[in-house]
Amino acid sequence: MNSRHYVAVALYTLCRKEITRFMRIWTQTLIPPVITTCLYFLIFGNLIGPRIGPMQGHTYIDFIVPGLVLMSVITGSYTNVASSFFSAKFQRFIEEIMVSPVPSYVILLGYLAGGICRGVLVGIVVLAVSALFATVNITSPVMTAAVVVLTALVFALGGMLNGMFAKKFDDVSIIPNFVLTPLIYLGGVFYSVRMLPDIWQLVSLANPILYVINIARYGFLGSSDVGIGVSFAVIGVAIVVLTTLCLVLLERGYGIRD
Amino acid sequence: MNRSDLSNTALSVTNLAKTYVNGRVALKGISFAVEQGDFYALLGRNGAGKSTTIGITCSLVKKSAGKVHVFGIDIDQDFGRAKSHIGLVPQEINFNQFESPWNIVINHAGYYGVHRTVAAQQAEKYLTKLGLWDHRDTASRRLSGGMKRRLMIARALMHEPRLLILDEPTAGIDFETRLSMWEFMQELNQQGITIILTTHYLQEAEKLCRNVGVIELGELILDVDMKSLFLQLSQETYVLDLVLPAKGLPDRLQGYMRLIDPTTLEVDITRGSSINQVFETLSELDIHVVSIQNKSNRLETLFMELLKNEAESIRASQDA
Repeated sequence: MNSRHYVAVALYTLCRKEITRFMRIWTQTLIPPVITTCLYFLIFGNLIGPRIGPMQGHTYIDFIVPGLVLMSVITGSYTNVASSFFSAKFQRFIEEIMVSPVPSYVILLGYLAGGICRGVLVGIVVLAVSALFATVNITSPVMTAAVVVLTALVFALGGMLNGMFAKKFDDVSIIPNFVLTPLIYLGGVFYSVRMLPDIWQLVSLANPILYVINIARYGFLGSSDVGIGVSFAVIGVAIVVLTTLCLVLLERGYGIRD
Repeated sequence: MNRSDLSNTALSVTNLAKTYVNGRVALKGISFAVEQGDFYALLGRNGAGKSTTIGITCSLVKKSAGKVHVFGIDIDQDFGRAKSHIGLVPQEINFNQFESPWNIVINHAGYYGVHRTVAAQQAEKYLTKLGLWDHRDTASRRLSGGMKRRLMIARALMHEPRLLILDEPTAGIDFETRLSMWEFMQELNQQGITIILTTHYLQEAEKLCRNVGVIELGELILDVDMKSLFLQLSQETYVLDLVLPAKGLPDRLQGYMRLIDPTTLEVDITRGSSINQVFETLSELDIHVVSIQNKSNRLETLFMELLKNEAESIRASQDA
């Protein structure tokens, strides 16, 4: 068997395994974001939204749709990879892959595929639910699709790092709860950063989630708080840095090889 | 065969050393070779370094120094190709217990590049052979301990490895299952698969293996063929069951025979003497034997002697 065929079979196996894993427990992986999104629409969109008034020329409920979609993409892709990789490590079935000839980059791609698929799928479901509450007009479908996939990729990579460093179950939930959630809420999901005082606008620029949410908002509504070119550059840099880190750590067997 | 000749070895380990990050020295530069087609026992007490050696060979543990070749392939040069020849049955259960046996073996084959259609045929063959076919869709956490062990063997065989490493494969399973697994292992070996077995059941090693290596405190203290090893036995003890109860033993037999109870006699046979002489002597005394068995496993006796000698030599060198 040639190495290209071997890699294709191994990658297909890993991707299939990862996708089957989260689809098998769809009530835990796909339904919760839908319920959370419905609650956001009810509370922030229908109850509080009308009192806030239009935002960047859009009704408040329409304004928060891109951020809510991205929020579910980020959480879905991150937690999928972090929990899947950590479970494999904790229950030692990561050894199945380690003793096989699967190269590190294929292992990484397999786990990322699971994370990206879950992130994108959750994003699509949340978008469909959004249509029940808000007017969903996608100005640039290509840019929207690109930012959803790239965001899923960035946070799947982040989840992989979390999974590799985690030594106990608590470690898998610490980053999403204490780092990711605050960054998402402060990344402009529910407001425009232009509403903030200058100093906080500047501080917000250090939050990577601000960039992905604004590209999504540009894709949906055609308006953004930050430059689209800069935002894509931030995503690009994040992908390169995180991919390199993941590959180096996998190659060294960090946390998985004695 | 020249044991350093890599072309004929399934596994060659040279000066292999391992020191864990906590400072524990697990291997102190061991060297041994396993010929292709061999059934090799790697013995030693818990913590002696057997699993570390296996872990390094299968890339679960990083080595500190030394060389490992699998079928002549240097693991430092092309670990991927070396690993494609190895099937590992680890000591601990290491599959996803929420997956079915079917998915576990099919996915495993996929990691080795085996296409799903071929993998399905292999899965049917090995799951049937190991008595797991009827349980193929059951969540594997519901399988019994013996079934889980057999599942790990089926999994290890899915990519048709040339070298099968079994790390205590029969630990904690019932005797009947163990016997059927022995039979299966022998069958695999006869098909040309090289097998390395670690076990604490020395009867298992004695029955199955042709060569044996013993690791103690990270050092290889013995690497011989089983026949030569048994020649080292200075004395063996047999238990004889008598037809009729014996009233006592004549003085001339007292040195090497003991009457345990009226119908059980224990006899020490030194190397070089024949057991026929014992039967002749007993016959002269009108004592007749129904059955005979070895009192203890021969390998067990040797193993204990070996470890005792090793401990004494370490003590002596420390005193010096």
